[in-house]
Amino acid sequence: MGGESIPVGRGIEVGVERPARPTYLEVVHSWIVTVDHKKLGILYICNGLIFLLVAGVEAMMMRIQLFFPNNTFLSPFTYNRMFTMHGTTMVFLVGMPLLFGFGNYLVPLMIGARDMAFPRLNAFSFWISAFAGLLLYYSFIGGVGLSGTGSAPDVAWFAYAPLSERAFSPGHTVDYWTVSLLLSGIGSIGTAINILATVFCMRCKGMTLGKIPLLPWLYATLSFLILVAVSPLTACQMMLMVDRYLGGHFFDTQAGGSAILWAHFFWIFGHPEVYVLVLPAFAAANEIIPVFSRKAIFGYPAMVAASVGIGFISLGVWAHHMFTIGMTSFGNAFFTLSTMLVSIPTGIKTFNWLATMWGGKIRFELPMLFSIAFLFQWVIAGLTGIMLSVSAWNWQLHNSYFVVAHFHYVLVGAIVFMIFASFYYWYPKMTGRMLDDRLGKLHFWLMVIGFHMTFDVMHFPGLLGMPRQIYTYEPDRGWTLLNQIVTVGALIQAVAILIFVYNLVHSFFRGEEAGPDPWDAWTLEWATSSPPPAYNFAIDPEVASRRPLWDLKHPEDPDSAFE
Amino acid sequence: MATIPLEHSNREVPWRLPTRGMVAMTCLITAESSIFTIFVVAYLYYLGRDVQGPTPRQVLEVPIFYTVCLLSSSFFIWLAEHAIEHSKMTAFCLWWSITILLGLTFLFGTGMEWYKLSVHDHLTIRTNLFGTTYYSLVGLHASHVVVGLLLMCFTLIFAVSGGVGPQHAYRIKTLALYWHFVDAVWVVVFTVVYVVGR
Repeated sequence: MGGESIPVGRGIEVGVERPARPTYLEVVHSWIVTVDHKKLGILYICNGLIFLLVAGVEAMMMRIQLFFPNNTFLSPFTYNRMFTMHGTTMVFLVGMPLLFGFGNYLVPLMIGARDMAFPRLNAFSFWISAFAGLLLYYSFIGGVGLSGTGSAPDVAWFAYAPLSERAFSPGHTVDYWTVSLLLSGIGSIGTAINILATVFCMRCKGMTLGKIPLLPWLYATLSFLILVAVSPLTACQMMLMVDRYLGGHFFDTQAGGSAILWAHFFWIFGHPEVYVLVLPAFAAANEIIPVFSRKAIFGYPAMVAASVGIGFISLGVWAHHMFTIGMTSFGNAFFTLSTMLVSIPTGIKTFNWLATMWGGKIRFELPMLFSIAFLFQWVIAGLTGIMLSVSAWNWQLHNSYFVVAHFHYVLVGAIVFMIFASFYYWYPKMTGRMLDDRLGKLHFWLMVIGFHMTFDVMHFPGLLGMPRQIYTYEPDRGWTLLNQIVTVGALIQAVAILIFVYNLVHSFFRGEEAGPDPWDAWTLEWATSSPPPAYNFAIDPEVASRRPLWDLKHPEDPDSAFE
Repeated sequence: MATIPLEHSNREVPWRLPTRGMVAMTCLITAESSIFTIFVVAYLYYLGRDVQGPTPRQVLEVPIFYTVCLLSSSFFIWLAEHAIEHSKMTAFCLWWSITILLGLTFLFGTGMEWYKLSVHDHLTIRTNLFGTTYYSLVGLHASHVVVGLLLMCFTLIFAVSGGVGPQHAYRIKTLALYWHFVDAVWVVVFTVVYVVGR
């Protein structure tokens, strides 16, 4: 590394002379042994993208099967495996890696740190999660499943006991599912500990709690949620393994065990998990909307308080997934009210984003387009959420396609849209090149059209009584046309995502040079070169406000004078 | 290339952040607590729901001596923390060894209890709900004791060979925090299994 210049004075040097081009083996080796948070972040993101394509194919197979009534494209057994693998993959192998990828990459940069608090723990967490993904997919060749046909787990992503017990799921497919979730849970908890330690212990000088950008704040919140919510899942998997391997009776109903207990334990994990996944979407919106509205975020303290509030409230709402399981009327009323309570902090956030845009000079660049679509879709998803939180209404629609439409509205309409926004916003920082705008616009509009065709229309078969997880239906139910529209919409989304992936690869080689700060943004990650050098900042940054780069660009009117 | 301005308000507040070891250990303890909570809830939920014996009242004896051993080890590890902070390495090694011995005694107690239950009372993890929940809850705690003992033994070896010195007091305190957690969990497990559960 003798050729590097030594940074001097106030600047961070841009032109680092690279040593001779490394061989492919050296490149692969450097990525495998890396403990650099930026490389690990990119590895997480690539891991997530690969599984996104895999799980997308699984979704398409289900949609093709449902295109005609009494279709025989998939067997019932294969269909069960498809929705189980689609759900498990999307949550654990797409959602979590993508959120950790962006978190890993951005949190240290935004708080002006050299790396995460525990770089080797970081590498361990990534590789154990990646291994968990391989293990889950190894189940396709690993053993026989329910009914002794073929392989891959077929117990749905929540794997309700006692279906997942040895008596009803012989073979090893559920074992792969269990071990995979246990390992990915360990990886998640490791990363959560790392993010919390990073945000609280590695901040640059001057960055008090009230000056941390909102993205690290929200990542700290969701990391806390992971600690208290993913751990119960780990405990659940331990219990299931005791039952399956050691002959225990936790969920063995014949020995007095309880199937309902599994449902409670799973949803104690499952509902906060939704917030673990949606908080990164909020975090990205908190960064992107102000930059493209050319205004500081409206109500920073309220935003922090609302995020932490969402974190706490989400721990007390889990049984709204279980209204039809037969709780007392007190239980139903409690979980109805606690679920509705979530809409207060989320409402605060929504109105603060609107107030941030209000009167701003909005630039309709791609990250902002996706963020605006996110706002609309998030509100609609919230409204169907309030409908479903009413236990009486929920009894009518539980496990119907209305529920499927509702949670896909959150997962795709809010989370996936903000993941795309994050890609368009931070891809230039990660690679040094802009994503192609024309392809991006095509991606955006196809995605919006496809999304609304699929998930708006999907509410109606639910209202007409179509249950989820059925592999086919009779032609006389009146669901045929609706299902066909849904499938066509899904195809359009698939095309949009392929365009997006092509854009990622294409722009990596052909994209326009981005420069260190293409969006004229305000947080610390834009203060270093694109892509940042291994050491991030040649001089440890020091901040005096929430928008350090604004202070730098506008010394006559610094934020620090007002905060 | 630009960077952040160096001129700042004149208030010279020293920039102190929490130590990452303590924050990480607190986080780990939070995560572990929720794992234990789930097992404790399962234990309490299944109390008295067995379809066949033996029941806790028939076979469990209250391990008072071993409980005193484990809980007093928290006091000795606190003495050890105190000693290494004041650079008294001999005293540190002494208190640290006593902590390890007390931990080993506790583990021996658990082993004896399991031996009695499985050989004399024919209670295994497969026997009934009590067996399943009891062995997994107490076993989960015992596995944490084993991890703690391993870490403390390594520390003792390094301390005796000179690899650990007063400059590592902060790391010792992080490990001691874990051990205090293991003791605190035992208070909960003891209450649930031997007081409420009997």
